[in-house]
Formats: sequence, C-alpha cells, structure tokens
Amino acid sequence: MLRFSRSKIIATVAIIVIGLLLAVPSTMNREQRQAYLNAIPSWIPSWLVPSRAIVLGLDLQGGSHVLLEVDQQDLLRGQITLLRDDVRRILRDTRVSSQNGIQTVQRGVQIRVPDAADRERLMPRLRELSQPIGNAMLGQSGGNSVQINTTPDGVITLTYTDAGINERVRRAVDQSIEVVRRRIDATGTTEPSIQRQGADRVLVQVPGLQDPQQLKALLGETGNLEFRLLAQAGATDVDMLPMQDAGGQRVPVERRVIAEGGDLTDAQPAFDSQTRQPIVNFRFNIRGAQRFGQATTENLGRQLAIVLDNRVISAPTIQSPITGGSGQISGSFTVEQVNNLAVLLRSGALPAKLTIVEERTVGPGLGRDSIEAGKLATYVAAVFVVLFMFATYGVFGLIANIALLVHVGLIFGLMSVLEATLTLPGIAGIVLTIGTAVDSNVLIYERIREEVRSGRSIVSGIQAGFDRAFATIVDSNSTMAIAALILFFLGSGPVRGFAVVFILGILTTVITAVTLTRMLIALWYQWMRPKVLPF
Amino acid sequence: MRLIRLWPENSHFDFMRLRRFSFPLSAVISIATAIVLVTIGLNFGIDFKGGTLMEIQAKSGQADVAQIRRTAEGFGFGDVEVQEFGTGGEVSLRFPIQAGGESAQAAVVQKARDTFSNEYDFRRVETVGPRVSGELVQSGTIGVVLSVIAVLFYLWFRFERELAVASIIGTLHDIVLTIGFFVITRHEFNMTSIAAILTIVGYSLNETVVVFDRTRELMRRYKTMPAEELLNLSINHTMSRTIMTAVTTALSLLALVLFGGQAIQGFAQVMLYGVVICTYSAICISSPMLIYIGLRGSESVKVPEGRAAAAE
Repeated sequence: MLRFSRSKIIATVAIIVIGLLLAVPSTMNREQRQAYLNAIPSWIPSWLVPSRAIVLGLDLQGGSHVLLEVDQQDLLRGQITLLRDDVRRILRDTRVSSQNGIQTVQRGVQIRVPDAADRERLMPRLRELSQPIGNAMLGQSGGNSVQINTTPDGVITLTYTDAGINERVRRAVDQSIEVVRRRIDATGTTEPSIQRQGADRVLVQVPGLQDPQQLKALLGETGNLEFRLLAQAGATDVDMLPMQDAGGQRVPVERRVIAEGGDLTDAQPAFDSQTRQPIVNFRFNIRGAQRFGQATTENLGRQLAIVLDNRVISAPTIQSPITGGSGQISGSFTVEQVNNLAVLLRSGALPAKLTIVEERTVGPGLGRDSIEAGKLATYVAAVFVVLFMFATYGVFGLIANIALLVHVGLIFGLMSVLEATLTLPGIAGIVLTIGTAVDSNVLIYERIREEVRSGRSIVSGIQAGFDRAFATIVDSNSTMAIAALILFFLGSGPVRGFAVVFILGILTTVITAVTLTRMLIALWYQWMRPKVLPF
Repeated sequence: MRLIRLWPENSHFDFMRLRRFSFPLSAVISIATAIVLVTIGLNFGIDFKGGTLMEIQAKSGQADVAQIRRTAEGFGFGDVEVQEFGTGGEVSLRFPIQAGGESAQAAVVQKARDTFSNEYDFRRVETVGPRVSGELVQSGTIGVVLSVIAVLFYLWFRFERELAVASIIGTLHDIVLTIGFFVITRHEFNMTSIAAILTIVGYSLNETVVVFDRTRELMRRYKTMPAEELLNLSINHTMSRTIMTAVTTALSLLALVLFGGQAIQGFAQVMLYGVVICTYSAICISSPMLIYIGLRGSESVKVPEGRAAAAE
C-alpha cells in the first residue's frame, strides 16, 4: 500500500541528494571551482568530491569550430611522385631501362620493358613496393597497397589499390592531427580540441577564438619547404614554379632538392639587422647542413630557390658558401607572414593539403547573450508551469513541482558527471523538458482521480493510479526516447546537445515523477489522513 | 479546491464525429503542403544549402542596412540576403555557396571581415561547403525516416498492429503539416529544424500512445463494445490529461519564444505549432483512423482471461 520502508526512503533521498550535489561544480565559474576544490579538506578522498562540470558548447562560450578534410587528390599526387621516384631508383639499380620513361597514369605509374630477362630481374624488386596493409602481428590482411599488372608485350603498371589509398588517408589524418596540434600550440591558443572525424577529417575546436583567420592561414598551408636551385638556361630536369614576388611569374627551378623542411631543427621570426625587413632565421640538422654547405660551395653566384608548397618564396643569390648550418629566408614579407612561416617550418609539413569544409564561429558577445536568454526562458517556463500545476492540483501540484525542480537538478547533475556539453539547443531541451516532465505526474493524478471517482478509497485510488499509469508512462517516454536517441547518433555539435538533455530528462523522470512523487504523496497521506482528494 | 478545470468530468463528447471534418481538412492541407513544397519549396539554411551566414552588430548600435546591402552586393559573391533583426543594430548576411569547391568559400568571410570589421562586431560566422551540406541533408533525411521506422517497430511490439499503423499515420500527418508550416512561414530549414521534427515525432506518438493505452485497456474490459464507442470513451477519459500536458508544454515553449533569444525562437515556434498539431491528430486523425483499419481486426488482444476479469 502506501507504506514506504525507512530504507527505501533513505535510498531515494540519498540518490537525489547525490545527484543534486554532482551539479554543484557546474554552478560555479572556473575560479570559484578552483577555490572550492582547494577548500575541501585533504582527508576526503578526491573521488568523493564532485569536481566535474558541464562543458559549455562553442555556441555558448564563443569560439571557433573548423572542420578540415585531407585532400585525397593532393595526397594521391604526392604518393604517385613517391612511387615514381622508387621505380626510377629500382630501374637504375637493376640497370633496366624503360622504353618510354616512367609515365604517370591514373592512381599510379607505367613503364615499358619488352625484354623478358630484364623483366625477370626487375619484378622481384618492384614487388617489394607493394606492402601488405594492416597489422601483420595480428594477422590482419587488408590486401596490398600497390597492385602490379604486366602485359605480354612488357607494359608494367603499378597502381595504388583502394585499400592502399584508404590506409594512406588514415595515416595522413593521424599525421595531420599532430602537425595541426603543433601549429595551434605555437600560436599560444589555450585548450584547443583536435580530433579525428570520420575517415578523412580533422575537427578543430578552439574556445574563445574570435577570428579564425590566422588559424585558417596556418592550417591552409601544407608547409612543404624545399631548398633547390634556379635552373640555368638550357637545363632539362626543371619545374616551372610561380615566383611570389614577381606577381606569380613562373621561373624554371631544378628538380633536385638540396635540403628540405625536415632537415630543419629550428626556425624563428626575426628582423634583418641592415634592412629592418622581417625575416626567418633557420638552423639545419647535421645532414642538412652538410648538403647545404656542399651545394652552396659548388654553386657560388647562382640563385637559390626557396620553395614553399610549390611557390618560390625567395630566390637569393649565393654570395658565399654557407657551411655553418644556419641561414635566413628574406623576401618581401610582413611581420605576420614571417611569424606564420616560422610556425610552419617548426611544425613540419602536412602529409597533404587540408581543405576547410565547414567553419562556425561564435563571438563571445552572442554566446553570453544566448546564455542570458536561455536562463530567463528557463526561469519563466518554470514559473509558468509551477503556477499552473499548483492551480490545477493544489497540494499534489506542489508535490509535482518539487519533483520537477529535482528533475531539472538531476539533469544538471548527470550532465556534470558525464562532462556533457551544454549547447543552445540543449538549453531549449531543458526548457521543453520542464513542460513535458510534469506529463508523468499529470498521467498519475488524472488516473488517481478517475479511480477515486469510480468508488475507491483515497488510499486504494492513489495506489491504483500509480500502478495503472506506470505502463502508459513507460510507453510514452519510450517513444520520445527513440526519437531522441536517433537524433543523438545522427546529429552533431549543438543538435546533439539537445538530444543529450532530452535522453537524460527521460531517465530522470522515472526517479522523480514516479518514485519521489509517490514517496511524497505517501508521507503527505500519513500526515494529513485526508478524506477527499485535494483536487 | 481545484482552481482550474480544463475539461469537465464524466464527459461524453462524440469525438469520432469530428472525423467528417478533420479527415477532409487534413487531406486538403496535406495536398496543399505537397503543392507548396514543390512550387515554393523550403527555405533551406546553410546547413543544407551550403554557403556563408554572418551576423554582425553595429558597434554604434545603429546599423546602416542599405549601406551594408550595397557594399555586400558589390563583392560579387552572388545574391546576398541582408536582414536586420533584434533591436541592437544586428544584421544578418547570407551568401550563396561559391563555385569552385570547398576552398572557394573562405574568400567570402575574408572579404566581409576586411570590409565591415571596423564598424561592426562579428557575432556569428558560419560557412558550410558543398560536401558537408550534402552529408547533412543525407543524415537529416535518414534521421527522420529511421525514427519513424524504429517507432513503428516499437509500437508493433508493444501494441497491436492496427494501433501501430494508426499512430504512424498520425505521425506522418504531423510531419507533413510541420513541413508545410516551414514552407508557409519561410522559417529557415536547418539541422535544428530536423531536431524539431524529431521532437514532434516523439510528442505525436506520446499523445497517441496515451489514448491507445486506454483503448487497449477498455478493449479488455468491454469485449463487445463497438470501435467507435470504445475510442470515444478512451479520448473522453484521457482528455483532461491531454489538455494539461499540451498546456504545460505550450507554456514552456511560450517562454522560449518570448525570452529564448533570436537563435532559438524559430525552433520554439515550430515546436509550439507542433504541440497543437499533435494534439489534434491524436484525437481527430489517429483514433478515428482505427474505425477504418479495424480495431479488433486480428483479434490480437493478448491478455489472459483472469486479468481481464479482475479489471472489471
């Protein structure tokens, strides 16, 4: 009947109190939370102290959300170049010549070796280029990275397989995350979140960043630095590359790379002592210093080509051999450009170009306004519903209101423990929950009224009301939960925040609307012993 | 003692008669929605259409909309929509998606920032490229379809097949009418709108389930009562709860519409409309639909005799 055992009451109250305590850290700002954590006596084990708090979404605290995608075309182009270099090396090693050189085909390269004996020598070496994909130790096999086809007349085609490309993309995303992290850290930005998303994307979230222009400039460059030589007249093995200073005019640059970004140990922005121009000072590692020293000694008087992402950013004349292992990049740069360049060189090159496919930035003012508006709407909704419930159900309305307030408190408590993200749609979810949470109470109360009207005593009416309404409560909340779950799995960012609030709201209803309400009504009954229902 | 009574006790209103008006009415509105959806179409936001949205606020508190429009049109980024909103000199700018793939979108933001940042604060900047917008359309559509299917199976499992089918018809009706609302009011249709539609799906079923729960219970008690009478009784029994819940939900949504701020207002308005539509369809569409589908068609009232007797 309406009796609650003491232990049951204690258990219910304990769960609710713990749930509400968990919400406490979320009510404080950062400094208050620190002060509160410091104030806790040290003899209390830390896991007993609620310390986790709700995270505010970027739409509420302001900040930038940038979604980057690894450019697969660019990556494949780079991979094909590598493959071509490998094939050239193998042809040289085995002293086999291809009749029409090395042709680039879609996804790979092609050579033509009509002589069978030559092919015999060549093929084992070429097969080494095709590596199995997956972790060999675990015995997984995802096929090979490169497929080799041979025709009877001696045309050999090496192409990357789908699995090979996917594997490469996966690795490229991992590498990109590292490089992106180094670049963002170099700007002194606090607490950036950088994570993989899907197969080929990196999501960067930077709270508090108002203008992601610099961030985008930094992430938009691959950062591939090469030291080469400007080609002399009549040279063959050259690339025509645009020159930054000369309005994009193309100049011939030797293919041979003297040293590259990976050979640098440091790069710092500075000012030239004579011209007061912004420059970048760099230092080579041993290998780079050696090769650079040798090349500058041999090519005195010629022009160096400093190439960044296939643009010649500077082409100084070699005045004297540079053997000390350090140098500078000068040109017509702004201060911001040399700062970015130094960061790019220090952080290393990206494995492929990253493209920005989505950007969302919210200024701190808008975030603050949204929080204020959300708070106001929450209070107003609560007042509306509380008054309405009281006017309709009297004492039972009061009990439902207590359950409602506990319900909202528990949502915050659960969100704190889960360190869930509260977004603007999430606030809307909380407000909406205020309206729907009382539904369970309404179902129960209306049922009680019906039962009492059909001749039951108050006690048995209350009992039957709870019992019969329960199945309906489960059904009506389940349908809501299904819709919310699907939203959670498909939505992203702010919308997901809405789904989280809604799902947690449905879970806590069971505790508050059913258990807590029942207990309070039982206590009220034992105290008042009423003869008629109060509504 | 009770101050408010929204529905009389022991009512015997003939809700089933309403179907003579509600069926044709809903049919007409649904067809009209299909027509306006095709001819006018939804006002897709940048989530689904791609492009760039900016909200800027005049530092002086006074925005010169005409000036902004002239300047922005001069950028050469296509048709730009410029709109003033709020009271503090806030202006929104919408640029269409730029040809030239993912990287072409950044130029819009760059240009606008360079031009306006002296006199205006950038409160929000969102750019969605063609690929992401395509994916969002896909996941939004999957979400709505999947939720309808999932709920159908849940209802089938919990209730008889006839009840499940009737509730899904009601839910589809609510989705269609909500989309019609989006078309007519020109509310922006974006990812938050999908959230609103899914919430409406949940609420719609919630309403129907409460009525059908009662129908199922009454079916066990009155084994020979005709469907029409049974349904009328179910709705009359649950009517005060239906009204109570609709009112409390509407009250909290009203608070959102009035005070929730511009960004959330659209969502709240749609939901408010949804609450009205869901309540209507549970009573005037799903329930009378059962008269035609056949309430005891498969005679699958799975209840042991003993319990049915006890309920009397």
